Amino acid sequence: MIHDYIYPEFEVARDYDKCVVCRACERQCANEAHVYKEKYDKMTCINENCVNCHRCVTICPTHALKIVRSGDTYKRNANWQNWIINELVRQAGSGAALLSSMGTPEPYPVYWDKLLINASQVTNPSIDPLREPMEVRMRLGATPGTKPQRGADGRLKTQLPPSLNLSVPIMFSAMSYGSISYNAHSSLAQAAQQLGIYYNTGEGGLHRDFEQYGGNTIVQVASGRFGVHQGYLDMGAAIEIKMGQGAKPGIGGHLPGKKIVEDISRTRMIPEGTDAISPAPHHDIYSIEDLRQLVYSLKEATRYTKPVIVKIAAVHNIAAIASGIARSGADIIAIDGFRGGTGAAPTRIRNSVGIPIELALAAVDSRLREEGIRHRVGLVAGGSIRNSADVVKAIALGADAVYIATGALLALGCHLCRSCHSGKCNWGIATQRPDLVKRLNPEIGAQRLVNLVTAWEREIKEMMGGMGINAIEALRGNRAMLRGVGLNETELNILGVKHAGA
Amino acid sequence: MSAVTATTINAAGMEFRELNDRIAQNAEKDLVLRDVLGQRFLAAGRKSGGLEIHGVPGNALGAYLNGAEITVRGNAQDATGDTMNAGRVIIHGSSGDATGYAMRGGEIYIKGRVGHRAGIHMKAYKTNIPHLVVGGGAGSFLGEYQAGGVILLLGLGCENEFPVGYYCGTGMHGGKIYIRTAHPPKGLPPHVRFRPADGEDSAVIRPLVKRWCALFGVPEDDIYTQPFQVLEPDTEGADVQHYTANR
Repeated sequence: MIHDYIYPEFEVARDYDKCVVCRACERQCANEAHVYKEKYDKMTCINENCVNCHRCVTICPTHALKIVRSGDTYKRNANWQNWIINELVRQAGSGAALLSSMGTPEPYPVYWDKLLINASQVTNPSIDPLREPMEVRMRLGATPGTKPQRGADGRLKTQLPPSLNLSVPIMFSAMSYGSISYNAHSSLAQAAQQLGIYYNTGEGGLHRDFEQYGGNTIVQVASGRFGVHQGYLDMGAAIEIKMGQGAKPGIGGHLPGKKIVEDISRTRMIPEGTDAISPAPHHDIYSIEDLRQLVYSLKEATRYTKPVIVKIAAVHNIAAIASGIARSGADIIAIDGFRGGTGAAPTRIRNSVGIPIELALAAVDSRLREEGIRHRVGLVAGGSIRNSADVVKAIALGADAVYIATGALLALGCHLCRSCHSGKCNWGIATQRPDLVKRLNPEIGAQRLVNLVTAWEREIKEMMGGMGINAIEALRGNRAMLRGVGLNETELNILGVKHAGA
Repeated sequence: MSAVTATTINAAGMEFRELNDRIAQNAEKDLVLRDVLGQRFLAAGRKSGGLEIHGVPGNALGAYLNGAEITVRGNAQDATGDTMNAGRVIIHGSSGDATGYAMRGGEIYIKGRVGHRAGIHMKAYKTNIPHLVVGGGAGSFLGEYQAGGVILLLGLGCENEFPVGYYCGTGMHGGKIYIRTAHPPKGLPPHVRFRPADGEDSAVIRPLVKRWCALFGVPEDDIYTQPFQVLEPDTEGADVQHYTANR
């Protein structure tokens, strides 16, 4: 008999001098890592159950708890590392594929951290954003590509295609109702409205309570078509066709049956308790021509009143794919880098498939410019935008706007324990259990999202001011504002930036 | 719809956008389209008003259809009734691939055959149940990923073999596929059960057969010459653990 015992990754360290046995940790932990021992009137822990979500650490009134990494348990080996052995053991025991959540934790290069932003000195003086107007509004969509025509009254005669109009070039990326909770969706919807930006329904349809936020909603259409009907299409400010997701390029959505409770079943129109499968392919799309058909069926159904976004995962031939999409009639292309998050993805795919958003974005922007079709589409970059400097760098690399999702969840309380697929999120985000969902107050959640984006907006203006730029449109694709550090020539060429000092 | 009060549009040489504009301008009215030749997205999202089509409509006829009734006096192409929510599509001929893709309500009646992947991703919730009724046979992947709703395949003219191609019901996890046939399917996924129709099933099948026969002028007796079979998800077979939780 072989025993597959994997020593826990984390240990709950309790300071018994501080613990008052209030049992709050026990009540708060859906993973049941804390247990009360009546015989000794003492709390104890089951380390095997701990996912390191920090709920107990945060909630403990006497700060008696901390979670520590348990350290290596196997003989040190640079090749057969601890986690590689553990994953193999799990598979030998179960015969199953490994399932993970959120973006890959593997140490792939983060190009944002190897790009530095310019600032003015002496010439082209910097601008003080506290005293001078700074424009961070962005129109997202196709433009005619011709010189604007004005009538005798001076008004613009050129008809602009439908667009999204952002007060700041940041949007909340797609997360479905199902993968995240009602209260998480409510927080995102309210915040988007208050900020004058957009949130994205993801592929799970739209709860009727959120129809009131339609003007700030991007409705998604994925291969499973969950929750897609005429009313849903009419509701949104834009329609996004999901072709791929950065965390799991080439495979589809998979919502575990335990997250399909009654409300989700109603919104998605699938049986309760059965897995919701959005296969990777749309079964009617095998070519750019077929994609064009879906783009135009959506435009026809909404009488050309709203922009259509096509979202793709960043993969090897991304520039050629984006060029095709730009010719498909799509108004906006959203590219999702491989570090992007997910509610559930096979580990091997999350950790091994796709390419970084920085390289994908630069390659796409360059290709569309070379082909003279950059004006035909708006470009959105997502897949681990972590702070306002990442936003500035993304726009300088050619994005019109960015998508954030992991960052938004962190603002709502997520501690990146990467256990979304368990459905037991202690923060009330990636769960459908009513007792857990109610832990997230949507008003407070919305306020924290507003705080986050407002803070980033301020920082973006400061960085723009430093560069002597007072309108964010002048930053878009302005790669002269970036320099690379520690990058080789190939990387610099793809990014289209010079090395620092050059 | 009444042919007397209907407005006629001659679609010859018209691009799809222009034709759809004309259809949208007559949102409430009954329309007759003549000389249709491959124009796509006809009546996409249409709520009310009848539409009779002479000729061959292009792909995505009645996509997102939301209550209108469409009659095609001929064949239809791919993705007929894609993601339709309500209404009715009647085709006096055959229909192409992905017919009824992700239907979530309403009815599609087809006199002839359907192509591959018909009824894929059909879904239902409580009383909102879509129906796809096909007179002839079907290509492969009929009812793939089906989550709800009813597919009825009469298999007329295919009496010598199972009337569906390969992989019927792959990934099915809800709804039912009724097939008029005396033959077992060619290979069935482990999570799909195949059994003869019982009395409860007949209560669903009979009204649909009656309606189909009335629409296309076929005597009902011609249908009941073969037994009906049922394909439905087998929850026991679906319990295979494909994934194990990782960090």
